[in-house]
Amino acid sequence: MAQITMIEAITMAHAWEMEHDPSVVLLGEDIGINGGVFRATVGLQQRFGSDRVQDTPLAEGMIAGMCVGMAAQGLKPVAEIQFMGFIYPAIDQIVNHMSRMRNRTRGRMSCPVVIRTPHGGGIRSPEHHSESVEALFAHIPGIRVVCPSTPARAYGLLLAAIRDPDPVLFLEPVRIYRYAKQEVANDGKALPLDVCFLLREGTDVTIVTWGAMTVDTLKAATQLAAEGISAEVIDLATISPIDSEAILDSVARTGRLVIVHEAARNCGVGAEIAAIVAEQGLYDLQAPIQRVTGYDTVMPYFKLEHDYLPSVARIVDAVHATFVD
Amino acid sequence: MKAVAEFKIHYVQMLDPSGQPVADLPAFAHSRDELVRMYRMMVLARTFDTKAVNLQRTGKLGTYPSCLGHEATHVGAGAALRPEDSIAPVYREIGTQYWRGVRMVETLTYWGGDERGNDFSGPRHDFPWSVPIASQTLHAAGAAMAYKIRREPRCALAYVGDGGTSEGAFYEAINLAGARKLPVVFLVVNNRWAISVPIEQQTACTTLAQKAIAAGIPGVQVDGNDIIAVRDTLEQALARGRRGDGPTVVEALTYRLSDHTTADDATRYRPEAEVKAAWQIEPLIRTRAFMAATCGWTDADELALKAECAQQVEAAVQEFLAMPKQTSDSMFDYVFANQPVRLTVQKALARRYSGQGH
Repeated sequence: MAQITMIEAITMAHAWEMEHDPSVVLLGEDIGINGGVFRATVGLQQRFGSDRVQDTPLAEGMIAGMCVGMAAQGLKPVAEIQFMGFIYPAIDQIVNHMSRMRNRTRGRMSCPVVIRTPHGGGIRSPEHHSESVEALFAHIPGIRVVCPSTPARAYGLLLAAIRDPDPVLFLEPVRIYRYAKQEVANDGKALPLDVCFLLREGTDVTIVTWGAMTVDTLKAATQLAAEGISAEVIDLATISPIDSEAILDSVARTGRLVIVHEAARNCGVGAEIAAIVAEQGLYDLQAPIQRVTGYDTVMPYFKLEHDYLPSVARIVDAVHATFVD
Repeated sequence: MKAVAEFKIHYVQMLDPSGQPVADLPAFAHSRDELVRMYRMMVLARTFDTKAVNLQRTGKLGTYPSCLGHEATHVGAGAALRPEDSIAPVYREIGTQYWRGVRMVETLTYWGGDERGNDFSGPRHDFPWSVPIASQTLHAAGAAMAYKIRREPRCALAYVGDGGTSEGAFYEAINLAGARKLPVVFLVVNNRWAISVPIEQQTACTTLAQKAIAAGIPGVQVDGNDIIAVRDTLEQALARGRRGDGPTVVEALTYRLSDHTTADDATRYRPEAEVKAAWQIEPLIRTRAFMAATCGWTDADELALKAECAQQVEAAVQEFLAMPKQTSDSMFDYVFANQPVRLTVQKALARRYSGQGH
């Protein structure tokens, strides 16, 4: 079994599903001969032809609208939006049609579409290239929002997303596209959607996070272990709908909750998680919930991006705050 | 300076407003059966439309967008399409939908505030109404892409209004269709008014058909009150798409004789004289006159047809009024195929309070 990066796992998942399901069609900007700006689709046009791996004209709203039409006529489109900062023109189609076609037609038509897009910052990108606006989409009924945190989870969750009968926004954390290699079996096995993944067991505090922030959170957990605090780390993985049960179970055991995300704090997904635990798990808590998030500012241009992104030190401090009487 | 490209937009009319032929007519225009079939559907659409407006006035329907004046364009499109083609309509095109098998009770169900109206008896691959303006043009392009990839001889038809041609989605759709030579027809139903904004304020273009030129595809203008011209033009455009020769923009010139919807009052912004003049060139008069002149359509035929249509509409209304409403469960049952736990919880909550609101 080969050691591969997350980006290679994503390419591998695409190839597996295209090989086994002729209705899967890829579309996006520069995904053909160029293989995508991050190379997520490298070699696929050569292998599956330009009907099934299509370079589109440059219009994101068009890509999303076309996906609605293709999906409603029996295809399974997997679209790449080149950067999350370019997804906004597609929101009309995603919100008004893709996410509600099943509901509007009482199940007559549906939109089994995957929209993949890079998520987050930390790679010295130009402006508008480092967005993490998952909360915009988590608010929308009828679409799942998924974010993997390792090569194996990227492979398994992307397969699940493509096979799901409803639309999935698949957020790919750019900072860890090539961060670490992992053995990933190319066996076509999907991972489940709508559930969290336990990354590290612990007894004193639960830390919920997703995407690239799992890396910093695990580092913080190691540091905390050295000082005798046992942190349980949960990868949310499916950002919407949230697996409340897993989080509540963990908090019932640890009595403390810290939520870590890169996106802005105000109305971020962390607020929903905090509300769920406040509503259903308040008496399990021994301390107020802490959130470690991006600031309520514009994502800064890259010279200051590491001042914006939650750091290991901020995560450790937030955990310490839950131990103050 | 030399001209590097030159363009022309042609206008097609076959019957003048009085029903006189002004061009060589296609074969179907010589068939009494075909003419009666089309005229019958126009009368049915108008009869239904009048009834639907009245139902809204008496609180039995929600806001309803009338199709008054658009019958030739909508029915002409219905007659030009094949069942395996697909349509992506706006929200007025009952004349096409009924031709394709949608039932009147389903229209009433929808505008009566019930999504089941979109789960209709017409072709299952036809798109539902699209309220967000011009967004459906991209769905038709996507459908056409699916047909092209699967090598199916089918064509998609998107409707869009004059106002809709100002939306980015329209330009994106015609551009994509041209670039990929998709089997799709964009039917621009130019009824002069986008609620209260007249076409002159919408664009500096002389025609809307010429917007096709920017996309590198053919554009043609047709008299949208002339069902023979509409059907013939669309038959050619659809055939072109099915045989792989690419998309077409067809601009049908018609007039919205009604308010925008039942929630609108067009007397606030529209000169009465303009509406009066539009009634002189509306589509039913000329079709009936042409049939009287060429295939012996009589006043008795007309009366019998109107009575038959009224009876059918009344039957649909009765069926609609007798329909039980959906339960609150239905809000939750079609959000996802695989229902997340939180929706199951909310469904139970809604059921507990169902019927207690308002």
